[in-house]
Amino acid sequence: MSAPILWIAIPFIAGILIFLISSERFSATAGGAISAILALIALFIPIDVALLLGTISIKISPAIQFFGRSFELNTADGFLLAIIYGLASLWFFGTEASATQSRFVSFGLMIVALLTASIAVEPFLYAALLLEVATMLVIPLLVPPYQKPAQGVVRFLTYQTLAMPFILFSGWMLTGVEASPSDLSTTLQAGVMLGLGFAFLFAVFPLYNWIPMMMEETPPYATGFLLWALPTFTTIFALGFLDRYTWLRNSTQLMSAIQFAGLFMVASGGLFAALQRHFGRILAYAAIAQTGLILLIFGLQTTQMVNLVFLTLIPRGLELAIWALALSILKREAFSLQFSDLQGVARKYPVATASLVFAHLSIAGFPLLAGFPSRLSIWQSLTNDLSILFWIFVGMFGLLIAAFRTLAVFVMTDESGWKLNESWVQVTMLAVGVSGLFILGLFPQILQSLLINAPTLFEHLSQ
Amino acid sequence: MFPEIVSWIAVTLILVTATVMLINTDWRISLGALALQYLALLWLVTRHLPFAMGSAKLITGWMVVAILGMTRLGLTNAEDEESFFPRGQAFRIALMGIVALVTAGAAPSIETAIPGLGLPVIAGGLLLIGGGIIHLGVTTNLLRVILGLLTMLAGFEILYAAIESAILVTGLLAVVNLGLGIVGSYLLLAGSTPLESDEDL
Repeated sequence: MSAPILWIAIPFIAGILIFLISSERFSATAGGAISAILALIALFIPIDVALLLGTISIKISPAIQFFGRSFELNTADGFLLAIIYGLASLWFFGTEASATQSRFVSFGLMIVALLTASIAVEPFLYAALLLEVATMLVIPLLVPPYQKPAQGVVRFLTYQTLAMPFILFSGWMLTGVEASPSDLSTTLQAGVMLGLGFAFLFAVFPLYNWIPMMMEETPPYATGFLLWALPTFTTIFALGFLDRYTWLRNSTQLMSAIQFAGLFMVASGGLFAALQRHFGRILAYAAIAQTGLILLIFGLQTTQMVNLVFLTLIPRGLELAIWALALSILKREAFSLQFSDLQGVARKYPVATASLVFAHLSIAGFPLLAGFPSRLSIWQSLTNDLSILFWIFVGMFGLLIAAFRTLAVFVMTDESGWKLNESWVQVTMLAVGVSGLFILGLFPQILQSLLINAPTLFEHLSQ
Repeated sequence: MFPEIVSWIAVTLILVTATVMLINTDWRISLGALALQYLALLWLVTRHLPFAMGSAKLITGWMVVAILGMTRLGLTNAEDEESFFPRGQAFRIALMGIVALVTAGAAPSIETAIPGLGLPVIAGGLLLIGGGIIHLGVTTNLLRVILGLLTMLAGFEILYAAIESAILVTGLLAVVNLGLGIVGSYLLLAGSTPLESDEDL
């Protein structure tokens, strides 16, 4: 068995098969179980290493040829696959609790498989095409057949499609830059192309306007999944670029531009989140601020960059899953996520509201929660740059204000007495998720065992 | 000499069809123009790619046109006529004129920077990219957004075919084009069908 078949072809085919069986409970369990099994295989069975089980020898070969090009997953990719499929299983198990349509799991599995293919494909530039195909598969999740598509979805599709040509052209130009690094005009053109491509993919200011629009218009669980999946793989793709091209890593102007873009996203995301009166839009701005933090880490130019990125990405998957699940439960009750429609809802849905607040506080970098260790590491890396620290603080403070406003709205009622309206599946999923937030916050060293292999994935960035 | 003349005819066809798509409000004419555009694309792409790969692009493009046409034909409401501000035909022709001027100015310098591409290929690619982006800029109508994206991608494909000839890329670009057609068709249909089951709620 080869690794690309195991982690790309099998989940993709499983997604198609699950689509044909439209049972909500079955699809959630099957999708979650398949992802969990793939995560465990990635964690315990190293790629390209022969293992002896009694008389049987097992070896997962790393590469496969497809239309003259190679798809390759190496030993170093194992931890990445474990994280991706582990988090994906969490999203899929939560489908039933969120009462999202059963096709979420089938399309979700296909999307994760395609995004995994984007890590595996050689030359790695072709990842831009696979990201675009994955983007198109997201659309049916965001727009149910009975609902007219709103502007946010169309804008999302447009921006993601515009990114692809920029990335492909820039990749071709970068090979020219490598051949003659002294050619400044080619270097500049390649840099601009690459910057524009990733600005669309990462939804850098002002190209992030589709995110809050979409959180208002589309199912929160599906949008949350999108906000986890696409930026995660775009980050890995961007790390690949930085790792491969020396001049990108060494260009101080480019790194300053990335850092500035990230800082602007953190500060504006936090401030806008504090001003919203819609719970979905708050999540959107929190996700934007978090993407900004990742860009900020890119600009740090430290050997710890890869570890810091994954220390931010892993809790992000958990936080967004809990937040989106809680929003789905509340939206099913009130049919709206406006402040005015959800006043005092904490007394009816205590577990969902508490989980939402914990996830929000974690994204804001609140101590004892999963988001805190990465924020602490970022602050430590920036101790000699007070202006950047100040704007990060502004962003995080904005998110904190949004969290307190959320809490205030949830408990604002004249009613007395508490009721537990969540189902046991919802309570279990949320409890597991929130426990994860506390465990990762209190014992961040758990992640160290996973991240120990991260530097081998991007060798040049860690030197 | 003959291929060069045909290439310039293809560029002219691209300019005409892109302008027609931009100024015309009838979806039938726009889709017809898109179909013709793919014919011009075939010729320009085969300057650098084998005919079989070029024809794959043509067939894909025509399939997309068919998907969008069949979908739009099934929609009875005329909700796609928009009242967006810059809808005057003169304004749009002027925009396309600017694209043509920029193309005329940029094509020779690109030819100098990347020798071997050929002026008609560069001009055709730039015209389509510019036309597509302008289309995206002046409309909020769903079908027209998809047409704009397809036009922009067609321009990109003409240029990219000259520098990358991998079968996987051609295949994936075909998937992207088909995907855009299917997604566009899905989005056009979304909201026009009644709820069928509890799950839809």
